[in-house]
Order: sequence, then C-alpha cells, then structure tokens
Amino acid sequence: MELQQFLIIGAILFFIGLFGSFTKRNAIVVLMCIELMFNAVNLTAVAMSRYLVPYSTDNGALIAETILTGQIFSIFIITIAAAEIAVGLAIVIVLVRNYKSVFISDAKELKH
Amino acid sequence: MESDTALIIDIVFWIIAICTIVSAIAVVALKDVFRSALFLIVTFVGVAGMFLLLRAEFLAMVQILLYVGAIAVLILFAVVLTRDVEQGSPFNRYLVPVLFISGLMLAGVIFVITNTDWTVTSGDISSEQMTTAFAETSILGNIAELLITKYVLAFEAVSVVLLGAVIGALALVRRR
Repeated sequence: MELQQFLIIGAILFFIGLFGSFTKRNAIVVLMCIELMFNAVNLTAVAMSRYLVPYSTDNGALIAETILTGQIFSIFIITIAAAEIAVGLAIVIVLVRNYKSVFISDAKELKH
Repeated sequence: MESDTALIIDIVFWIIAICTIVSAIAVVALKDVFRSALFLIVTFVGVAGMFLLLRAEFLAMVQILLYVGAIAVLILFAVVLTRDVEQGSPFNRYLVPVLFISGLMLAGVIFVITNTDWTVTSGDISSEQMTTAFAETSILGNIAELLITKYVLAFEAVSVVLLGAVIGALALVRRR
C-alpha cells in the first residue's frame, strides 16, 4: 500500500461531496455531502501522518509527537464536524417549520 | 509469507475503497433521502476501515462511535422529522456545469498526487522505520498525552465550541 492510493480515494470522496453540496436542493443532503468532505479530509490527514514525517528528528528516532500529528488533527476535525451537524440540522428543522420545505432555494428572505 | 500478507491487505484495501466510493456516489445520486442517509453510513464504515489499514485504530473506533453512532442517527432523525414535507432530493439547475468543473478539478488533483515525489519530505527516514515506529508506539496513550500537553489550548477551545453548538442548537429549535 502506498500513500498515493489513500490520497486518491480521499480526493474522489472530497469531490463527490463538493459536487453534491453544490448541486443538491435538499438541505439535509447538502449537510450529508459536507460530512463526506470532512471524512475525505480526515482520511488525507491520517494517511499523510502514516507515511510522511513532518520534520526530521535529531538522531533519526521517530517520537510519538511527530507521527501522530495527523491523527490529532483528525480528532479536532471530527469534533468540529459533530458541532456543525448539530447546528446544521437544527437550522434544517427551523427551515421546515417556517417554510414547509427542505429546499435551500426556498429560503430567500435575504435575496430582496 | 510476507508477500501473501501484503497481497491480502491490498485486496482488502481495494474492496473497502470500491465500497466507499460507490456508496458515496449513491449518497449524491439517489432520489430518496432516507436511502442516501443509509449509504452515508456505509461510507463512514468504509472510511473507518481505511483508518484501520493506516494504523489509526483509535480514530477508527471514534469514527464508528461518533459518525455511525451519533451523526448518522442525528441525520436519520432529521430525515424522519421532515417526512411530512416529502420532497425527495433533486438536483438544481447547476448539475452539468458543476459536474464538469468538479470533474476537471478532481482530474487536476489526481494528476498532482500521482506526479509528486512524496519521499522528498521524509528526509532520511525510510518507510520501514515509519512502520516500526507505528508498531512500537502506544498510539492511544500518546494521543491522550498530546491532547493534554501540546494541544491543550486547541482541546479547550474545541470544548467551548461544542458547548456553544449544543446551546445554539437548543436555542434554534425551541418553540416560542
């Protein structure tokens, strides 16, 4: 297994998510696609930290701090993703309550 | 014996990769929101399998617990709560241009990934040294230690963000 395989899978996942979040009208599906993009970034960060070394150490010995950077990054990304989906779905519930529709194009109050 | 194990790991990788990509496409392509949410769970499990292959066992468990256990259930709840609206999941009118542009960007990114010499950042450390380092390090213990020493400020900030998100979500959906 090589780094490139994981990076390509991550890139494909990211662009599927990007495509979906730009083209879907349903707000819940847009949130799902954003989660796909978060997952792709996590995969890329963990793959990078598995195969690449962020900086060289003095005596060539690898310490935990250098090889776990990507995994720590992923933990923070997962936490922020959880916060984002909670607020996002709350917004969707309010949207449905006020407009009787889950389509993001129906919320155009600010569009004068 | 060595090459047999490597071959099996390669086969497992490709099975997981194909499942992940196909279910990710299904999330975007399907018209039924509930089915998209179910395929999203398959994608999350596939990414957790990738984490296992990358020696990130803790993250794989967090992925299963948090994404499959919490976020997917939250999304399913939202789908069920908006059932009475029943609009499905159609595309908007930007389908063709966005498909074209994102396909072009994906092709560019894959071109860059395959043409970059990734060994340049490793310096004098070989991939065998990386493998032994991952085998010898206690990953869970070191993640815990790093979270409360080097990354303690980010850890506290994320706690505040989570608290704010919980309060914000509650304030948003409260009926007045």
